[in-house]
Amino acid sequence: MDFTLKIWRQKDAQSQGQFKTYQLTGIGADNSFMEMLDELNEHLIKNNEDPVHFDHDCREGICGTCSLYINGRPHGPQKAITTCQLHMRSFKDKDTITIEPWRAQTFPVIRDLVVDRSAFDRIIQSGGYISVNTGGVPDANETPITTSKANNAMDAASCIGCGACVAVCKNASAMLFVAAKISHLAQLPQGKVEAESRAESMVAQMDKEGFGLCTNTGACSVECPKEISLTHIARLNRQYYKAKQASDYIPDKEEIHEG
Amino acid sequence: MSWLTEALKSSLGRKLVMSFTGLFLILFLVGHMLGNTLLFFDDGGQAFNEYARFMTSTPIIQALSLVTYASIIIHAVYSIVITRINRRARPIQYALNKASASSPWYSRNMGILGTIVLIFLVVHFRSFWYEMRFGQLPVVNYDGSGEFKDLYSIVAESFKQWWYVLLYVVAMIGLAFHLSHGFKSAFQTLGLTHKKYTPLIEGVGLWFSIVVPTIFALIPVVMFIKSLG
Amino acid sequence: MTWYPLIIRSFSKRSIQKILSINGSSTVDEIHKELGKIMWDYCGMSRTAQGLSDAREKIQAVKQQFWNDVKVLGTNDELNMSLEKAGRVADFIELGALMIEDALHRNESCGGHFREEYQTEEGEALRDDEHFAYVGAWEYQGEGNQEVQNKEQLQFENVKLSQRSYK
Repeated sequence: MDFTLKIWRQKDAQSQGQFKTYQLTGIGADNSFMEMLDELNEHLIKNNEDPVHFDHDCREGICGTCSLYINGRPHGPQKAITTCQLHMRSFKDKDTITIEPWRAQTFPVIRDLVVDRSAFDRIIQSGGYISVNTGGVPDANETPITTSKANNAMDAASCIGCGACVAVCKNASAMLFVAAKISHLAQLPQGKVEAESRAESMVAQMDKEGFGLCTNTGACSVECPKEISLTHIARLNRQYYKAKQASDYIPDKEEIHEG
Repeated sequence: MSWLTEALKSSLGRKLVMSFTGLFLILFLVGHMLGNTLLFFDDGGQAFNEYARFMTSTPIIQALSLVTYASIIIHAVYSIVITRINRRARPIQYALNKASASSPWYSRNMGILGTIVLIFLVVHFRSFWYEMRFGQLPVVNYDGSGEFKDLYSIVAESFKQWWYVLLYVVAMIGLAFHLSHGFKSAFQTLGLTHKKYTPLIEGVGLWFSIVVPTIFALIPVVMFIKSLG
Repeated sequence: MTWYPLIIRSFSKRSIQKILSINGSSTVDEIHKELGKIMWDYCGMSRTAQGLSDAREKIQAVKQQFWNDVKVLGTNDELNMSLEKAGRVADFIELGALMIEDALHRNESCGGHFREEYQTEEGEALRDDEHFAYVGAWEYQGEGNQEVQNKEQLQFENVKLSQRSYK
């Protein structure tokens, strides 16, 4: 298969970027999208041109690193997969493919298609965990939990933090990401303990980072490679409002986490 | 109470305000629609004029009116604040963005739809609310039950103009799309979703967003048609 | 020992500078794939003394190719994924060479190391516990020098070594 690739090139965070067009021929239909880009880069390097920088790691859909906006959709045209799971058979021969990085104020471009997603890390650091003393291990069967809650928590836990939700959201909101973490932990007994403060601190950090506000268009869930549901956002809303009216936290008076 | 203002300034706090004001306005629409169906009566406007007097002289209605005006203003102002925050969150746009693949157009254009409704409201308020409050309306007498401002007459006069009727119909189409996203969005924002009840809420919402604007739009259309005969 | 990190940094900085200056004709991925093929063919699931010995030479050729002919564009002062990959491939070459050495040394079949010369009649792994019941830990001897093998003998007191049966 042959393709015309319109790719965003940007030298570094301070430079203006622009689109460059490349022609690529002889790509196998069963090549993955990234193998196709590797092929392009081989040609570029041989021609002494800087290869296209793009994020990738596991290349099997689980690490959340890959992040390309392909022909107007995060992770390309297929449902419930990441960029690395996309194959060239999803395109037609001679197609023009436009490739851009995730666009958001909170995800500044580092180089070419690579963006800085450390905002997500800071949100998780602000409360996306459970505070537990290590040491003795209680019998897991002493902590009862219904199967449906455990399954629901597992669904939420499958978020890989890729940021496609932010990328596709017209408001660049991180609600689905935050909601996935909140929903994952709050439904489990160990996570319930800090559910209130977790909701407050993660939303506070999310706002501080500069993500937009959720207006419930639902695009995030449609494009999520792990199909995280909007019901998790509803749960986050409930927890946040409950926490805001009833929790002990008063801003500017104390830190959210006492421990 | 600074924790409260902090909370209301957070992203979710602002969303909450949009949700509450939106839901109140939805309730207002129900009442307003029911009252205005009196315009369909073939009684020369008596039922409607009596209703208009009731609405403008009863304390509890007047209190609710103030809440309604406040809701409109807060809903519109907050929408502008929120839109500005959201625009700042994506300073560089995509060259190619297939947004319709993941969400319906009206969910992404609530601001434009709301603006259509707002412009309509300005015209609508000026035409009727203002005249009722501050204008020189003709007066009519019904069987000695006193004098009533004849609001009906200016409504009927206005709806003799095809372009005015068209304005209302277009605005009601805008309202319909605005509601079809807004209704369920308000519930989602409040976190009021549940496997058992969300399908019902969405069903009611869809029905509501079609039926209510249709009835509203029918009033000027029917009155226009009647005026031709 | 605060000078230790400084030494490591200066070593790695020198390697990085070297890699960037070669400007040859082979891309990192090309060399990576050649290395991979050697390891897959000769040091994979099934190994032979001859194969390993051939691989030993081939991998030295790949090492030469890397340090004389690799082409890595860009600098060390920017995000440079080619450079990152090159550093990893340089390490993989070292590791691969050592794996081959280790496989050649171990004249038995044991666990994931299967030498075709050492198998039972049924084709199962044939261990030589008398001579090879140890963990081989290879010690770095500096650039260009052969690693030295340290043997950590395996002593079994309560459990006796035996032959696993899948029957």
